[in-house]
Amino acid sequence: MRAMTWPQRIMWLVIIAAVLVWSLFPVFSIAMTSFKTQAGLFSGTLLPQEWTLDNYATILAPGGSAQDLFLPALRNSIGISLIATFVAVVLATLCAYAIARLDFPGKRIILTTALAVSVFPIVSIVTPLFNLWRVIGLYDTWLGLIIPYLSLTLPISIWTLAAFFRQIPWELEQAAQVDGATPFEAFRKTVVPLAAPGVFTTAIIAFFIAWNDFVYGISLTSTDAARPVPAALSFFTGASQFEEPTGAISAAAIVVTIPIVIVVVIFQRRIVSGLTQGAVKG
Amino acid sequence: MTDTTVTRATRREEPEAPKKKRRSDRARAEARLGWMLAGPAFGIMLLVTLYPIVQALWDSLFSLRLTAPDDREFIWFRNYQVILGDPAFWQSMGVTLFITVVTVLLELIIGFGFALVMHRAIKKLRGFARTAILVPYGIITVVSAFAFFYAFDINSGGYVNSWLSWIPGFDENLNWFAYQGTSLTVIILSEVWKTTPFISLLLLSGLAQVPGDLEEAAKVDGATGWEVLRRVILPNMKAAIMVAVLFRTLEAFRIFDNIFIMTAGANDTEALSLLAYNTSIGRLEIGLGSAISVLLFLSVLIIAGIFIKGFKVDLSAGKNS
Repeated sequence: MRAMTWPQRIMWLVIIAAVLVWSLFPVFSIAMTSFKTQAGLFSGTLLPQEWTLDNYATILAPGGSAQDLFLPALRNSIGISLIATFVAVVLATLCAYAIARLDFPGKRIILTTALAVSVFPIVSIVTPLFNLWRVIGLYDTWLGLIIPYLSLTLPISIWTLAAFFRQIPWELEQAAQVDGATPFEAFRKTVVPLAAPGVFTTAIIAFFIAWNDFVYGISLTSTDAARPVPAALSFFTGASQFEEPTGAISAAAIVVTIPIVIVVVIFQRRIVSGLTQGAVKG
Repeated sequence: MTDTTVTRATRREEPEAPKKKRRSDRARAEARLGWMLAGPAFGIMLLVTLYPIVQALWDSLFSLRLTAPDDREFIWFRNYQVILGDPAFWQSMGVTLFITVVTVLLELIIGFGFALVMHRAIKKLRGFARTAILVPYGIITVVSAFAFFYAFDINSGGYVNSWLSWIPGFDENLNWFAYQGTSLTVIILSEVWKTTPFISLLLLSGLAQVPGDLEEAAKVDGATGWEVLRRVILPNMKAAIMVAVLFRTLEAFRIFDNIFIMTAGANDTEALSLLAYNTSIGRLEIGLGSAISVLLFLSVLIIAGIFIKGFKVDLSAGKNS
């Protein structure tokens, strides 16, 4: 690559700085709000004039007023999203393997169905589920959220995995068998290592999507038995009815955001390839 | 006995027949295995979406409130008649369409800019830019909604007003969430922030498909940057742009989370999803709510249909020229 001239360098620095500000500013903004004291909220400034960790104590420390709202929600969100992701990725791996590897009638129907499901308005599904779940006792349970979450995580998992699997050179497997490996050995030693990164990437993306859900979360739960974080955030109340829960919500928002940002930073390259492969090359 | 003779006879007449049979056996086994592997995922997808939508269609034909479940009565299409005759529904439809068009347009412009940055930036900066651009994608929509809400809302100490006070004529006590226009501005801003990464990644993969030598050739022939963009880059990205716009349009049309957090539908910001939610789960008017859900679903189908049709036309036009 040619060396850049100084004006070019400055231009790039300005551009990257603008991108950084755009992408990170809202996160920074809510982080700053989370450090403000109740009185300091109304200073009308971005930075807190007086820094405090009280808001984090409210949601995390024993005896914090929003602790029994936040911690169960965190546990629910992690548990439900992980299980929904796991089930979706297992089923989608089998499905995508079949689509990429085998020739059978109905492949297109499966891919089209996955596409149709992913553009479905969730609100159209949620009313009947709300009714049914109340009748059969799945309302406000983990399973009652895991099942609908599959409608969010399965389609994108099938599409991204099918795109990943199409790029695997399957002849390697035969080559290994020719070299004397059993079929299973051949599969395990050639295909699995090539497929694993794709499966892992898909799991991250599916987890993000389940973690982000709000409509199912507020519609199909009513207590901390199953209510996930996004729904719980909207039910926070202040210490008194005259106090806005701004600080506590901001602190909770930061607690659930930091791990995600770390995952994004570490796996940025893979997430990008996973998202683009699933959507365009599929 | 007879069997063997028949087989032998056919074999003599058509030597390829058994081979063909074996192949179709294999094909059948492959099909069986294929459906065994793909079936569970397929079945669950149908179950989780097909069943509820059929149920919603059925419920929408009843007068049904959960507050008075015994008054359930089959009323044909009267729910639809009520809704389609209600200005509130059309108001919601208008708001939804407005949000959809504005967010998708803004995201297309910003997303394309981001895609160019990721595509052109030198290696050292590329990873950095990509990480930053991806961050909003990982953030919960509700969190981004709160971030924007708290920045703007004067009742919870928003600081934006004091930042904008230098603008002549700007009222420092402006309550952003008291009016339709200003509320929608913030709602759209948070939606654009959260979902632009998706569109810019799709556009990035489109950019990667533009043949570099064509670009070079155009530059050698003396084309300006703008001309290269319009004549070489954009035509070659058509497919990626269409896919990105289609998906984002369908998603934007279902907007819910940020409106629920910021205004809960007050001041005429109730988009269709929220109207359906408020009617069925908020007010427990299951019949009416289901009918709105079905109309929302039909709208999404129609939008997808229009796009897919338009997309095909575009593709063939691209090939001919």
